Amino acid sequence: MQTVHFTSALKRFFPDIEPQHVEGQTVAEVLDRLETQYPGLKSYLVTENGALRKHINIFVDGDLISDRDTLTDQLGQSQDILIFQALSGG
Amino acid sequence: MNRKLLVATSKGLVVWDRKGQKEWVVRDVHFQGFPVSVIYADTRHQVWWAGVSHRHWGQKLHRSFDEGKTWDEMPVPAYPDKAEWRPGKAAVLKKVWTISSAGPDKPEGLWVGTEPGGLFYSNDYGQSYTLVESLWNMPGRMDPTQWFGAGRDLPFIHSVVVDPADSDHVYIAVSCAGIFETTDGGATWAAKNKGLIAAYLPDPHAEQGHDPHLLLACTSHPNVLWQQNHCGVFRTENGGQHWSDVSDPRGYVHYGFALAVDESDPLSAWVIPAMSDDQRVPPNLALRVCRTRDGGKTWQSLTSGLPGECCFDIVFRHALARQGSCMAFGSTTGNLFFSDNDGDSWTCLSHVLGRVETVTFA
Repeated sequence: MQTVHFTSALKRFFPDIEPQHVEGQTVAEVLDRLETQYPGLKSYLVTENGALRKHINIFVDGDLISDRDTLTDQLGQSQDILIFQALSGG
Repeated sequence: MNRKLLVATSKGLVVWDRKGQKEWVVRDVHFQGFPVSVIYADTRHQVWWAGVSHRHWGQKLHRSFDEGKTWDEMPVPAYPDKAEWRPGKAAVLKKVWTISSAGPDKPEGLWVGTEPGGLFYSNDYGQSYTLVESLWNMPGRMDPTQWFGAGRDLPFIHSVVVDPADSDHVYIAVSCAGIFETTDGGATWAAKNKGLIAAYLPDPHAEQGHDPHLLLACTSHPNVLWQQNHCGVFRTENGGQHWSDVSDPRGYVHYGFALAVDESDPLSAWVIPAMSDDQRVPPNLALRVCRTRDGGKTWQSLTSGLPGECCFDIVFRHALARQGSCMAFGSTTGNLFFSDNDGDSWTCLSHVLGRVETVTFA
């Protein structure tokens, strides 16, 4: 079971968004689970071909994911996932 | 009389209400803090469409049936799997540049022009979109000397002109590639760039590779089209079979982005000049609107009410609106001007907006 934390900026679009406990073997699977909880959320995080948007970062236990194109980073047990927007524009 | 003025800016959509002949008051700000790049008021359904180009979250589209009281987030066009803007380069939606009605006989039809160069069609009023493959697969689209970005890294479709007498007859404008026409509802397309000049190419008269900044047609004379191009102002009287350069090389009319035309008079048009593509400032640092009443043979500078010195305003391609004899435009430095007399004189409605992207009456 992974624990996902979100940037507060997403509350503007998903006012009810809260940290979630979800199952997933990869980052892509976690996002699929989150999409069922918050329909439309994925489109804010990834492009139509599934790549992480340029100015979004996902950290797993403090480390940036390495596969931004297909989100295949493998997840272990009970990891913390942080979904942040990048600091772009100062 | 127009009632509302919709101004899409880099920091939100600002809506003005008209309170008298010349008085306008701010009614609402929508999408505060977000870059609203497109606003389209669809007169078929009295619906407003807003395109928000989030820096982090991607392109979004919103639709309102109640003049902005409530908005619904709608699907955005998506490029198909394996679509490539260049060999090996996946095509994904970068930006929506224009939204257009597909005509009164297609009430659910919408055209959407996007970056990186895809034209999309919706037959269910924005619930879903289909990439117009016939245009996407045109010879030349993958060629970096024929389709390429201008001011952006990738080409984009910013103008869709639907013939009011025949909704299967459509023109689009691509920066950079040029003008394309379909007469069969998008099944086939033909380049319509004869007479244009691409001064930045080895062959300035190439079939493709042109940079129209905005394309408009005279509603009552749909074979008369105008374009403010990177390399001048051009006009055609034969539906794009041949374009004539109607710039004023001794005056101000040559480079710029914004353009307006008259709905019924095919000889009248307005542009807002900029000084050369390497500076992008108003000529002599003075803001002016230039108007022709004779099909571009002569141009008149309209400056009453506009700043005349130390002015750095540029007016983007979609930021000049015209309805009846009323006109409005917004600038890159956040100024907004209104005229109720065809541009003879202007009143400043605001000088503190964000960068203005699109202005339209509703």
